[in-house]
Amino acid sequence: MTLLQLEGVSVRFGERAVVDSVDLAVAEHETVCVLGPSGSGKSTLLRVVAGLQQVSGGRVLLDGADQAAVPVHRRGVGLMFQDHQLFPHRDVGANVSFGLRMRGGGRGAVLGARRGSYADRVAELLELVGLPGAQGRAVASLSGGEQQRVALARALAPSPRLLMLDEPLGQLDRGLRERLVVELRGLFSRLGTTVLAVTHDQGEAFALADRVVVMRDGRIAQAGTPLEVWQRPASEFVARFLGFENVVPATVAGPVAATAWGRVPVPAGSPEGEQRLLVRPAGVVLCETGLPCEVVSRTFRGTHVALLLRPENGPVLEAECGLAGAPAVGEKVAVTFSPAEVVVLPPQA
Amino acid sequence: MDRARREVSGTKEPGAASHDAAPVPGPGRTSGQGESGRATAVRLALMAVPLAFFGLFFAYPVTAIVGRGLKTDTGWQFGRFGEVLARPDIADVLWFTTWQALASTVLTLLIALPGAYVFARFEFPGKQLLRAVVTVPFVLPTVVVGTAFLALLGRGGLLDERAGVRLDTTVWAILLAHVFFNYAVIVRTVGGLWAQLDPRQEEAARVLGAGRFAAWRRVTLPALAPAVAAASLMVFLFTFSSFGVVLILGGPAYSTLEVEVYRQTAQLLDLSTAAVLTMVQFAAIGAILALHAWTVRRRETALHLVDPGRTTHRPRGWAQRTLLGAVLLTIGLLIVAPLAVLVERSFDAPGGYGLGFYRALQDAGTGGGTFLVPPVEAIWNSLQYALAATAIALLIGGLAAAALTRRGGRFVRGFDAMLMLPLGVSAVTVGFGFLITLDEPPLDLRTSWILVPLAQALVGVPFVVRTMLPVLRAVDGRLREAAAVLGASPLRAWREVDLPLVRRALLIAAGFAFAVSLGEFGATVFIARPDRPTLPVAVARLLGRAGELNYGQAMALSTILMLVCAVSLLLLERLRPDKTSGEF
Repeated sequence: MTLLQLEGVSVRFGERAVVDSVDLAVAEHETVCVLGPSGSGKSTLLRVVAGLQQVSGGRVLLDGADQAAVPVHRRGVGLMFQDHQLFPHRDVGANVSFGLRMRGGGRGAVLGARRGSYADRVAELLELVGLPGAQGRAVASLSGGEQQRVALARALAPSPRLLMLDEPLGQLDRGLRERLVVELRGLFSRLGTTVLAVTHDQGEAFALADRVVVMRDGRIAQAGTPLEVWQRPASEFVARFLGFENVVPATVAGPVAATAWGRVPVPAGSPEGEQRLLVRPAGVVLCETGLPCEVVSRTFRGTHVALLLRPENGPVLEAECGLAGAPAVGEKVAVTFSPAEVVVLPPQA
Repeated sequence: MDRARREVSGTKEPGAASHDAAPVPGPGRTSGQGESGRATAVRLALMAVPLAFFGLFFAYPVTAIVGRGLKTDTGWQFGRFGEVLARPDIADVLWFTTWQALASTVLTLLIALPGAYVFARFEFPGKQLLRAVVTVPFVLPTVVVGTAFLALLGRGGLLDERAGVRLDTTVWAILLAHVFFNYAVIVRTVGGLWAQLDPRQEEAARVLGAGRFAAWRRVTLPALAPAVAAASLMVFLFTFSSFGVVLILGGPAYSTLEVEVYRQTAQLLDLSTAAVLTMVQFAAIGAILALHAWTVRRRETALHLVDPGRTTHRPRGWAQRTLLGAVLLTIGLLIVAPLAVLVERSFDAPGGYGLGFYRALQDAGTGGGTFLVPPVEAIWNSLQYALAATAIALLIGGLAAAALTRRGGRFVRGFDAMLMLPLGVSAVTVGFGFLITLDEPPLDLRTSWILVPLAQALVGVPFVVRTMLPVLRAVDGRLREAAAVLGASPLRAWREVDLPLVRRALLIAAGFAFAVSLGEFGATVFIARPDRPTLPVAVARLLGRAGELNYGQAMALSTILMLVCAVSLLLLERLRPDKTSGEF
């Protein structure tokens, strides 16, 4: 069932459209990650859903209900801010219980009873994010990773129907980030939380999301599962944003394409004519005969070695090879292309 | 590098856009354009009470008294402006008023800014006490300060005895007395913010290659600029409308507009000249306020505030020790010395040092019929009035500051400027205006005790607004957003986020309002009932009488007033939240 539905949502600051007629649906228990470079409008999208940003056009529906007239504090969504925005004048426990107190109504009746249940819930959440017993700590004494966890606990505490994360792991060091991504994914599937996250980090998005939405200049450039997006980038922009550099103009005819690198085999059923061609590094295969290249650089990547090659003709090529027998810088090699790693992209607009 | 990351590692401006690269602020973030109808309604509702208060207890009395001066049976006499302003003696008054105010402001800044730094950043024994001590002058009746400086710098004074130097015939006595008065304004307004500025901002600049002074000038000074501008403006306003000090130390040679208004009103009974001068002062203040609003609007930014408890440290190295020593010496010479002379004189009874003057205060008759009640009752009167005035000023000023937190259009800025006007309009005019306007139903307050607190609160409101506003505006807007997303309504978000964060500023504001109410003289002297004098009024009445006993009693009463202020301020300093809790 669809929990969040955006219909033609636009946000304009003056003349500039930061979000431009975006349609997006997030199903219950689904984790959707909006991926895009800075300035693509992804954070604004979250602010729109939270009600912090008014739309210039379009509708936001939660559980099928139009949110236009619903103020921020009644939307029942959670938002984890990019820089946490923990309340500096409250300790960890009071930060986490804040949303519970707000949802729990006014100051009035049965304060004692309610306060007790808050304490249980706060303890439970801190346990959940891996900070048991941190209730009494001052916010200022927390490290970046701990702040992140508290912010997450605070956002989760009132059990929001939709949890939104703005660059959830943006400020953390790499090791912590990779560990937290796994933890978050497990946590969300365990709790059945519906999540809408934004990030500029593709690794984070692919690891976290059931579905990835790539944004560019306020528009959706591509949407699909991480595998779909990774394997079939919908445009040169998406390909380059994902880190692929081997993109050249090509003329496709049947099973081959004519490019600056010579003839490159393409998968069966590719569109014909003037196109753009992406060759993933894994599809650039070192061999005895083929396109002669010189090795420009060599980077150790743990599981493989990334090579940068300068071919006789055409732009530089990125290639991958095994750890054993990787050529040295300056060495002359030859390459051929494997059609499984070749993607024909629509020509650039 | 990615922008998101740069935002974090670089200088962080909480007010800056959190949505991706949006150079144009979105609606609801800043100025009036695009402000939702609901926000406007809330703002107007908040402004209603302050507007009514100012209309009734400020605009109405002042207009009435100006009207009485300039309006005759044949209509408004605007020709009087030309006649009065053409007089060479009035031109002299205008010129002197302006340049002495400028000189006083610059001198106060030069002397007090190092003090603000020391109070903001250094930790040293007796700091709280000293902070209260420097604030005491601010609340002393101007007449008493004038007399204390006369005793220090005048004929037969301390300086005359020791060095044979007399300053009472020069403008230096006035300037020094003005610095004495306004030292606390800079220290508390600028220092209060300075203590909350993150020192790491300066450190970041140092790492980027800025020298110590360059880092201060490019990072700290711009952050302080709104506070410095606001404080300088206050000092300029006070000195521009200086009354008691100039009356006593200036003699016939020097006269400010305010003194001239008083002379024309109370001594020469020339209401029309007084009205013209009031209007001139009013216009001048209006121009200064407009200039101030313009500078502040250009410079104010959201700041990253930190717990002041974490920014202070013991002075390190000879340079910092020397600075601390110099500031302590300045305070000793400029502030403690005149107060010490005051105390010394209160004990200098005819039969040798003793409590003679203090004992005399318990007796109504000793002043030769000066009082209907024993002068000592003035203490109780003053405390009650000042507490009521503080409550009113906090209510009115708090509502106004809340309304002004989000910047708005011209109307809102006009409202902001209006709140400052009581500082610039002659207190004499206000007091006299109260007498002639609030004396008939439905507003017959002549016999009501509330009249005095109302007049005093009028002077307190600008302090409350000026102290609260920079801090309220510096509260990170996204904290409110975070509260809203967690289910807090706008009112609740204000109570849960803004209020705790500005509690310290609120206390400082209360302290200021209480202090100025306690020391208010110009208006109170007209409206306090003879059987319920306030401390400053009682002091002035005693000083107005000849005789050593009256003079000594005035000194004793001033000493009590000084102590009351010091104790109240010390309590306020104590009320500050515990530093270890990480609260502001």
